[in-house]
Amino acid sequence: MHPAPSVILFTTLSGLGFGFLAFLGAGCLHPASMTAFLLWGLGYALAVGGLLFSTLHLGNPQRAWRAFSQWRTSWLSREGWASVVTLLLLPPVALSDWLGLGWSRLPGMIGAAMCFVTIFTTSMIYAQLKTIPRWNHWITPVLFLAFSGTGGAILAGKVWLAVGGCVVLAAVLVAGWRIGDGRFETVGATMESATGLGSIGKVRVFERGHTAGNYLLREMIFVVGRKHAARLRVIALALAAVVPALILLVAGPHPVAIALAALCHLIGAMAQRWLFFAEAEHVVGLYYGQR
Amino acid sequence: MTMLPGPTPKKLGLAIDLDTCVGCNACVTACKGWNDQGYGAPLSDQNPYGSDPSGTFLNRVHSYEVQPPDGPAQVVNFPRSCLHCEAAPCVTVCPTGASYKRAEDGIVLVNEDACIGCGLCAWACPYGARELDQAAGVMKKCTLCVDRIYNDNLPEVDRVPACVRTCPTGARHFGDFADPNSNVSRLSAERGGMELMPELGTMPVNRYLPPREKGVEQTSPLAPLLDIRATGLAGWLDLVLSRF
Repeated sequence: MHPAPSVILFTTLSGLGFGFLAFLGAGCLHPASMTAFLLWGLGYALAVGGLLFSTLHLGNPQRAWRAFSQWRTSWLSREGWASVVTLLLLPPVALSDWLGLGWSRLPGMIGAAMCFVTIFTTSMIYAQLKTIPRWNHWITPVLFLAFSGTGGAILAGKVWLAVGGCVVLAAVLVAGWRIGDGRFETVGATMESATGLGSIGKVRVFERGHTAGNYLLREMIFVVGRKHAARLRVIALALAAVVPALILLVAGPHPVAIALAALCHLIGAMAQRWLFFAEAEHVVGLYYGQR
Repeated sequence: MTMLPGPTPKKLGLAIDLDTCVGCNACVTACKGWNDQGYGAPLSDQNPYGSDPSGTFLNRVHSYEVQPPDGPAQVVNFPRSCLHCEAAPCVTVCPTGASYKRAEDGIVLVNEDACIGCGLCAWACPYGARELDQAAGVMKKCTLCVDRIYNDNLPEVDRVPACVRTCPTGARHFGDFADPNSNVSRLSAERGGMELMPELGTMPVNRYLPPREKGVEQTSPLAPLLDIRATGLAGWLDLVLSRF
């Protein structure tokens, strides 16, 4: 799959943003006045900014409001609803923190839970696709939730939670790669089943349907850069999980350490998300003799 | 509405004969020609006369070489387009309701006025049947020429999809798979019509008729002439050398 920058920025930024908003909403931090304004602002900027990046992926973004209509069947529509509901639940708590109003934290608690519901719906957009065996597995939602929770804990400066999150994230990353590498074979789609010609014999591409590129090749049969996959996996693992944990363990919850660890984690998340797309093989590639 | 309608009274689709298809691409051209006018946004091309041409097509013809375990390899021409699946995954993923399956005849269509061009339906399709038009930013797919098959302004002979009408070898057949006595149902039953990638559970309506089994006489009539046996001095040398 083509790793479009808009979708990488959308999933990583909003993942981190909703993770952080969950910690703020649940009351794990006790910011007041200007600090509260800035922290809540950062959470909202990440979450909303990420969502705005997702609209860059659309051919007709002016009709994006229509995406709220099909929540009964479509995970993309559910994701739209979940994110809007979450973003509307949290402002009372944010206001209360900023202005010291002392309002009930209940909407914050519900909002925190909804943050993770939102991340789950985002992950299901990918995990639902049977055509992309690597994504079509329960490890995909687990991975997105692990990223969001860990990122939120790092930004919240909760050292032991963040370190624990990093350990879980590292384990989920490694498990995801191990499971993902065998998924295409498990699903069992082959050039023979794609063409129905397997009963005659082994199928090989003789000639493509077109000499130049097309939407399918650009969007779904993206093979550029897979040769660096092994190196990128190490980079993603190190930057997303190992280095942030070490920074926080050594320097503690100092604002500079938190910023450094969060930035490091975000870059690692982007490297992982690039791989998430670049390594995902769509079954339509079989018609082109490619994976 | 992106809910699937359930079993439809009619299941319109194509039976594509891989035995008679000669890979001439007439169906590709006819499809592009018809869908450049009338229904929805025209199928655009990008840089068509430049160094890197590309464009939107609803039908593409691939060629495959199939190697049986015994006997010579065969070339099979393989037209690929929307199969109008009964459990169409492209329909249920759509967030706007633009992608839908018609309750009356099972045709899978896109309401282009509601399409936001997110591309998720193309990701959900195993067959590469959907292409996002780069000029209009909306998803394009085979409409089974819904603007021909019910069109009373056309002579009756033309009320079939453009690809079927144009096919010079009669490799493409249009009909109702819900009716066991229709032309396509009978063809599919006689010839062992195949579903593509059944393991993905899409329940395609279109059927592909496999290439007929080739006759047993596969060896060339010239084969005996090629079996040269050396005589005389060459024969003696052959005998001596093969002893070593």
